[in-house]
Amino acid sequence: MPEPMHTEDWQSHISRIEQLARAQGLKYHPVEFEVVPESFMTEIAIYGLPVRMPHWSFGVRYIYQLIQHRMGLSRLFEVVFPGNPGRAYLAKSNSAAENVLVTAHVLGHADFSANNMLFRRSQDQVGEHIVEQAAAHARQIAMAIEEHGLERVELVLDAALSLEQHIDIDQGLRRPRYPETIAERGPPANDEFAKRFASLGPDTARPAHSGPAKKAPIPPHPESDLLWFIAQYAPEMEPWERDIFLAVREESFYFYPVFACQIMNEGWASYWHARLLREADFLPSAAYVDAIKCHSDVVRPTASGENVALATNPYHLGFSIWEKIVEAQGLEAARRIMAEDDDFSFVRNHLTHDLATELKLFRFKGPATGTLTVQEMDLPMLHEALLHPKYGFGAPRVSASRIHVDGKLELVHDHLTDGRGLDPERARKVLEYVARVWRRPVTLATIDNDQRSVEISVSPGLTPSFTR
Amino acid sequence: MSDIPRGSDSGNRSPGEAGWYDLFSRGARDWLRHNDKVRDAVRQHLPQIVAGADVLTGGASTVRVPVKMLEHYRFRLRNSNEQQGVGQGQAKPGDRIGRPQQDSENQRGQGGNEDGGVQYTLEFRIDDIVDWLWEEMQLPNLEAKAGRAKEDDWTREGWDRRGARSRLDRRRSMKESIKRRGVQSASGAESPSFTDDDLRYRQLAKREQPAMQAVVVLLLDVSGSMGERERQISKTFFFWAIQGLRRQYRHLELVFVAHTSEAWEFEEDEFFKVTGTGGTVASAGLKKVRQIIDERYSPSQYNIYLFYASDGENFPSDQPQAQAALEDVSGDCNYSGFLEVAPLAGSAPDSEIGRLFVDLSRDDDSVGAYRVSGTDDIWNAVRHFFTHASQGS
Repeated sequence: MPEPMHTEDWQSHISRIEQLARAQGLKYHPVEFEVVPESFMTEIAIYGLPVRMPHWSFGVRYIYQLIQHRMGLSRLFEVVFPGNPGRAYLAKSNSAAENVLVTAHVLGHADFSANNMLFRRSQDQVGEHIVEQAAAHARQIAMAIEEHGLERVELVLDAALSLEQHIDIDQGLRRPRYPETIAERGPPANDEFAKRFASLGPDTARPAHSGPAKKAPIPPHPESDLLWFIAQYAPEMEPWERDIFLAVREESFYFYPVFACQIMNEGWASYWHARLLREADFLPSAAYVDAIKCHSDVVRPTASGENVALATNPYHLGFSIWEKIVEAQGLEAARRIMAEDDDFSFVRNHLTHDLATELKLFRFKGPATGTLTVQEMDLPMLHEALLHPKYGFGAPRVSASRIHVDGKLELVHDHLTDGRGLDPERARKVLEYVARVWRRPVTLATIDNDQRSVEISVSPGLTPSFTR
Repeated sequence: MSDIPRGSDSGNRSPGEAGWYDLFSRGARDWLRHNDKVRDAVRQHLPQIVAGADVLTGGASTVRVPVKMLEHYRFRLRNSNEQQGVGQGQAKPGDRIGRPQQDSENQRGQGGNEDGGVQYTLEFRIDDIVDWLWEEMQLPNLEAKAGRAKEDDWTREGWDRRGARSRLDRRRSMKESIKRRGVQSASGAESPSFTDDDLRYRQLAKREQPAMQAVVVLLLDVSGSMGERERQISKTFFFWAIQGLRRQYRHLELVFVAHTSEAWEFEEDEFFKVTGTGGTVASAGLKKVRQIIDERYSPSQYNIYLFYASDGENFPSDQPQAQAALEDVSGDCNYSGFLEVAPLAGSAPDSEIGRLFVDLSRDDDSVGAYRVSGTDDIWNAVRHFFTHASQGS
């Protein structure tokens, strides 16, 4: 492929693209661009962050990614991290023309993460320097490894990372421990009603004192923020182990908006790279054509040469919805939606029957192994089928329900909402991870294939210990 | 990993500094850690894995073990017997389409592919395996019998001012030089860096040492009743028994003797291919062993180990002779073990030859017998013999 532009040209174009973006009303924190080798891009994609804590499970993903990459299944143009400043990593293999497109795309993401409420809330809590914070966590863990040995730290990470999705985003990052006692009732109010009520006789008079304060149960309600709960209430966890749990939790709070706004966010960035590119009259025409070609590859609904896909491309879906919104309601309304929605409300409110038909979206159903059947168009069902994998950070709903007197931890799976029970083998393995840090037996209630309740129990003593 | 890219300077790096990014080969590091964990996992199941493997062929120094990638487990719902989703493209309601491909990368929280995904093989050095096994099974190290097998050898002993140039001890000579100069400069005299008097030579002396030479005699019954399966078990047992002895003796010689009603000595590569016909006369084999020991391996020079594998059937008429031959040979051996390869699982060896060994082992700790019926038992046999052999010595 002839190279119509050089890297220097791209760099000189950055400021002009930014001017265009600001003129169009994009509001974002400054973005630092960095061109990195492909191996580094691959690692960012696997770890989710440029520098992150070590764990063997990332090694497995790394190999899968390498295999996919060799087979030409995936190509990464950019990864951008929200913050102030935002950080954008661009693959070295991008052509200069592609980088023009990628730069515009990155600015779209920067605008999104600086204005979307879910992102803003997360940055208010986690901070605006996630890249540096994750690096600090990695160093904290490296130091723990030095002090306590790889195997002990790995046991903690095995547990913490396997519960990565089990946070309660609504409770906030920093939350106080539960109250120790049940709140005492205040003194009887001295109003008209109270006087008349008391005058009815001794039966209705309130006791003079309420006795010793009653100890509150722990947890007072089923607790879905398992990372927080274990870090706070594990009977014998060491402080450095709690710190690892909280570090993993903090990163999860950062990852949640990325996960919960994927369709909106990728769509928004794609919408803006297309729009800014159209207005970038300073580009040489060859570069423009290359960039447009790249755009159509990215937002293609199905892989080339196929006309039916059993999945949707979030870039294409988001892009199409945003185009419709801007067309029908104008840019200002689109910006308000961008600020207020997440994928759940975005898809339900703005993926209309007409658009779904136009995009040729369909719902399919069938046995686990065998032929699938395309279903009649039913918009609410289509929405739910799209959003189903996104509930609860993509994980089954498991909560901590009780700590027994002897320290045994009881977990409960909400199978009614999830529709079926947990995979028992995997659940047992996760309980083994947890029992090693909880250091007391851990049980989990779920249901089996025949809807009968089952309890899975694991004792820490029965699991291999790290001392050799 | 204490070096972390931070601050605004990382943004200004020129593309030429690719080496900088190589410092973060985290994916490779975590992959290696994964492999270590797989190794540990394999290691815990080694007895089962290697006992079944055909490790002897080709004299390879490594074993290849197929493994799956480890999965980092998370809570997941049971597999549903139904699936649904959203697709895009040319399709009308009622159309029937093939199954979607599992795309594990798209789903967060899936550490591994459902079906184990990629399989790959790990290579293990046999030496490592043996070390692990001995550690894992807490097998004792054998000791050469002290006071019986001795040999004379030269050992280093002390220093002298005269000697062959090749035995000059530089370190020691330097020490002498420093001492002398210290004394001389204190008294104000001139001090050359080296004089002939500083030089020290290592001295050798002839001393008796416990022999570290050993020979293992492997005696195999190749009569018609020993089928392919019985031989495979014997072969695997022999292999690991030898590996265990190799840990202890740097010079380990192997002698391969096969017998039916006659006995022959073989080279290793032919040994396991030998097929004989006819009945079993155990005394023939034992007498051949006796002859080889007498000719080449004097008990005063060698630690001798005998391992005898057979289904244990012997002509009743040969029993008295076999007993005499066994008592004779075992007297010269550090240890004599009998592996009874039986078709059925059972407890104690109860064949003709097995009984001979069992009887003898009552008074003599350096004799033992063990019954196996499959490759699963081999490690128990190795453990049995090595535990006994170490107590016997």
